[in-house]
Amino acid sequence: MRRLVPFPVLSVSLLGFWLLLNQTLSPGHILLGGVVALIGGWALAALKPPKARPRRLDRILLLAVLIFVDIVKSNIAVARIILGAKRKERTAGFMKIPLLLRDPYGLAALACIITSTPGTLWVDFNEASGILTIHVLDLTEEAGWVDLIKGRYERRLMEIFT
Amino acid sequence: MNSAAELAALPTVLTAVFLVSGAAITLIGSLGLLRLHSFYERVHAPTLGTTLGTTFIAIASMIYFSALGKRPVLHELLIIFLVVTTTPIGLMILVNAALVRDKFESDGASRRKARDEHPDVL
Repeated sequence: MRRLVPFPVLSVSLLGFWLLLNQTLSPGHILLGGVVALIGGWALAALKPPKARPRRLDRILLLAVLIFVDIVKSNIAVARIILGAKRKERTAGFMKIPLLLRDPYGLAALACIITSTPGTLWVDFNEASGILTIHVLDLTEEAGWVDLIKGRYERRLMEIFT
Repeated sequence: MNSAAELAALPTVLTAVFLVSGAAITLIGSLGLLRLHSFYERVHAPTLGTTLGTTFIAIASMIYFSALGKRPVLHELLIIFLVVTTTPIGLMILVNAALVRDKFESDGASRRKARDEHPDVL
């Protein structure tokens, strides 16, 4: 079983993708999607990725809701900046945040969260020192951004990827 | 397939609201490319279009075609998922390319400009 379906979650998601794309639940497409899902799983196994152990589905869903709220909020904030008067005491700039998170999947998730939220951008992560560099469009309150990334995202991601 | 004129009032209004707000957000994001000053600031602007803009337009499409076909049409969810999860990668690569260029191009205008704006990094 392990050899046949090395990554069950990935294979089930691939099958879901296939059925959603074709908008059908017909047996033929379930069979075809199943073949795609199996081959996808084998292809990933050939790449030998490090083990991911995401836990606590409830925490993942909660985090997804928080991210959605933050994306809406920062969309409004960035739209204000763009439409607002030119350069009203706003400074954009880089800032450095020391992180405790080390799991590669947790870091990848954090990178996607930070970059897909308008107004913040993942620039660099130094693996040796654990220092993350981000670029922030509205850097008036540096402590607030540290709170947001460490308290809101990093803590939750560390619970999910232990 | 039915025509758009046969649609009920509610889905029509919802589709219009989502479509127009999604387009407006995307337009604001594109406007940011014009209005913001440095490269690092401009990278932030298109994320409006790739998050809420895409989401709203996809929701409008789901409502419209679900109402037209009288069955749930959900494959636009894939667009939202794929756009939201893949654009960060492109943006990160762009920013890192800009950083490398700023660091190694000794007397380019971009370096001087970036140094003026972000003296602590470069």
